[in-house]
Amino acid sequence: MSLAETPHPAACPACVAAPAAEELAAHAKLPEGPGTVQLSLPTIHCAACISAVERGLASTPGVRTARVNLTLKRVSIDTEPGTPVEDLIARIEGLGYEAHELDAAALSATETDRRGRDLLMRLAVAFFANMNVMLLSVAVWSGAEGVTRDMFHWISAAITIPAVIFSGQPFYASAWSALRVRRLNMDVPISLAIVLAVALSLWETSLSGKHAYFDAALSLTFFLLLGRYLDYRTRASARSAAQELTALEVPKAWRLRDGAEVQVRVNDLAVGDLVRVRPGGRIPVDGVVVEGTSEIDRSLMTGESLPVFAGPDAAVHAGEVNLTGPLSLRVSATGRDTALHRIADLVAVAESGRTNYNSLADRMARAYAPVVHILAAATFIAWMWVSGGDARLSLNIAVATLIITCPCALGLAVPAVTTAASGRLFRKGLLIKDGTALERLAEVDTVVFDKTGTLTMGLPEPLDLDMLSRRDIEAALALADASSHPLAKALVKAGRRAGLRPGPATDVTEVPGYGVEGIVRDERARLGRAAWVGADGVAQTATYLRLGSAEPIAIRFADSMRPGAEQAIEELRAAGKRLILMSGDSDAAVRDFARRIGIDEAVSEALPEDKARMVADLAAEGRKVLMVGDGLNDTAALAAAHVSISPATALDAARVASDIVLMGKDLSALGDAALTAVSARARIKENFTISTIYNVVAVPIALLGFATPLAAALAMSLSSITVSLNALRVR
Amino acid sequence: MDVLIWLIPVSLFLGGLGLAGFFWALRKGQFEDPEGDSRRILNPDYDEKPKD
Repeated sequence: MSLAETPHPAACPACVAAPAAEELAAHAKLPEGPGTVQLSLPTIHCAACISAVERGLASTPGVRTARVNLTLKRVSIDTEPGTPVEDLIARIEGLGYEAHELDAAALSATETDRRGRDLLMRLAVAFFANMNVMLLSVAVWSGAEGVTRDMFHWISAAITIPAVIFSGQPFYASAWSALRVRRLNMDVPISLAIVLAVALSLWETSLSGKHAYFDAALSLTFFLLLGRYLDYRTRASARSAAQELTALEVPKAWRLRDGAEVQVRVNDLAVGDLVRVRPGGRIPVDGVVVEGTSEIDRSLMTGESLPVFAGPDAAVHAGEVNLTGPLSLRVSATGRDTALHRIADLVAVAESGRTNYNSLADRMARAYAPVVHILAAATFIAWMWVSGGDARLSLNIAVATLIITCPCALGLAVPAVTTAASGRLFRKGLLIKDGTALERLAEVDTVVFDKTGTLTMGLPEPLDLDMLSRRDIEAALALADASSHPLAKALVKAGRRAGLRPGPATDVTEVPGYGVEGIVRDERARLGRAAWVGADGVAQTATYLRLGSAEPIAIRFADSMRPGAEQAIEELRAAGKRLILMSGDSDAAVRDFARRIGIDEAVSEALPEDKARMVADLAAEGRKVLMVGDGLNDTAALAAAHVSISPATALDAARVASDIVLMGKDLSALGDAALTAVSARARIKENFTISTIYNVVAVPIALLGFATPLAAALAMSLSSITVSLNALRVR
Repeated sequence: MDVLIWLIPVSLFLGGLGLAGFFWALRKGQFEDPEGDSRRILNPDYDEKPKD
């Protein structure tokens, strides 16, 4: 999947989830007829799970075959046409495993699979050829003479030439594309060394010379391909996990037409259609409420933690969540015209502000590549002059220099470290989406947090329940029990934890958008919004209880903290970072929360533009900002920051804009990530030093003409092995 | 040293056989689910995959 092909300015060029999301948006039709359904099974882990799921599905009507892939934790099911996916999910959940539908369109991973297989094949050929040529070379090094040596060289040539042509293609292609725009990259000296070494060895062999560098050319190809493959694998696993996140959100909506509800893809909706949104569902499009009342959770869009009322003629936006009652909407904008997508322009602007980051490897290559060429050319000219025009000798020495200085270890140094570090972080639940994200994370000195949904779970918790009288609590619990509103559910949960029982209540009914009412002890009781109950609202998230004609009581809520949030803040502060809380929520809520979690700097009621601007201002002061956020209002700031992290529960747009995605619920991995990043950067720099030391030792030997193919092979293998082992020290 | 005339082609052929075997396994998708395959071997069920 080529990033260069995405024409929209909104898609950030660095992130791997973008093409998946774009592809998802482009996909217009529901798959019809017999099809393969892909389900994600995050909890399967054993041999028994495989057979339980496969056997369970095989006995489900409509299923032809089912095959579990334990590595990807997925099952692909071949179904009869018209088999509802919900049945399959229910069946697996009945067996005790979690199951989520994956959008097949977003998972078209065949292209990336093909690339990985291609690289692995070239690697295998290089390995095979290298081992055989090495064996032949050992005979030559240990003193094969005359005809035997020539025969061995010819056989080596016969193996090397096709192998190098096939296996080296990734380098030639990359070097050529750099040269075409008159630039140098690492692949230019690599390609030059491979091609020159083979050409010179062929010439030497035809003159029955002593030295041939066939084995050097092949080990160079092999080690560098290994680095390339490691690099590819790290990216591919991040990409497939990012794709899976995108694919989990199957964009479907219920369209109302002639009184019937039909499930359609969001892309098939047109302006003016009627759409039904059930309680608990995410609103798929921008629209105006036609029928029904409910409350809307806008926290992902604006950072407000307080649900707002929605009744007829209220405007709602894609991405908001409908809480209590069913709503019918008339679509006013779809797809790219929705508020959700308009924010993308903001992201594009913020991104152009992000300075073009040069990775350590790039900087090293830029300094290194010219030196290699100049050194080799100078050696050739100098030896031509010293030897009085002996082109064969001069070329031999020049090629030896080129092979020894060739950035073999450099090509392995970065991928080996990134593979080790991102593997470590992946086990802790952090998904590194961008190749240079770790290096950038290591430089961070300021951390900006969003509040709602990032440091908090977006799950409210009732405060001071014990301040209420037993009678009030029991009445409140009895009413709350009948509702699925998040505040009501939180109340019931907290009551149960405190060992309180709901009191007796009759005629309990939920009035969507307002609250719950019923009869408690022969009195009319209401629990719900301030205005409906007849109370004066307080500034915080609260629900209000009124028993008969008594004064209404406010039950206040605070957002529960995300697990590990305090630990993460603690660790980051200990590491000497400046911490800032930046939220779109009301001033009181933000200040209260900042005090609870222990952040001194807090900004409240920040609009998306404000957040992005503040991050940009910090960057202008020379600070390296890490932005942690999840909402649409954070998206522009995420893109503007030096490096950004978002939780997996974040909105798709926010995940796309960030470099690292946090897979689990726990935030405590954040502190670890910062430490691992610093250690990874240290390892990369050490690796550069190690390979430079090898060069400093070996280059004078090569320049003086003492380098033999044996010395070249030894230097190359030793430096490659040292840097790989050093990479494993990342912690 | 005449034996080299036989030994070198024979060793190359055997190496090539290994390489061909690797390609075959790669194309058959035997590296797609290493985790699962290592567990399936403990499974008493008859497994007809890969069938083609």
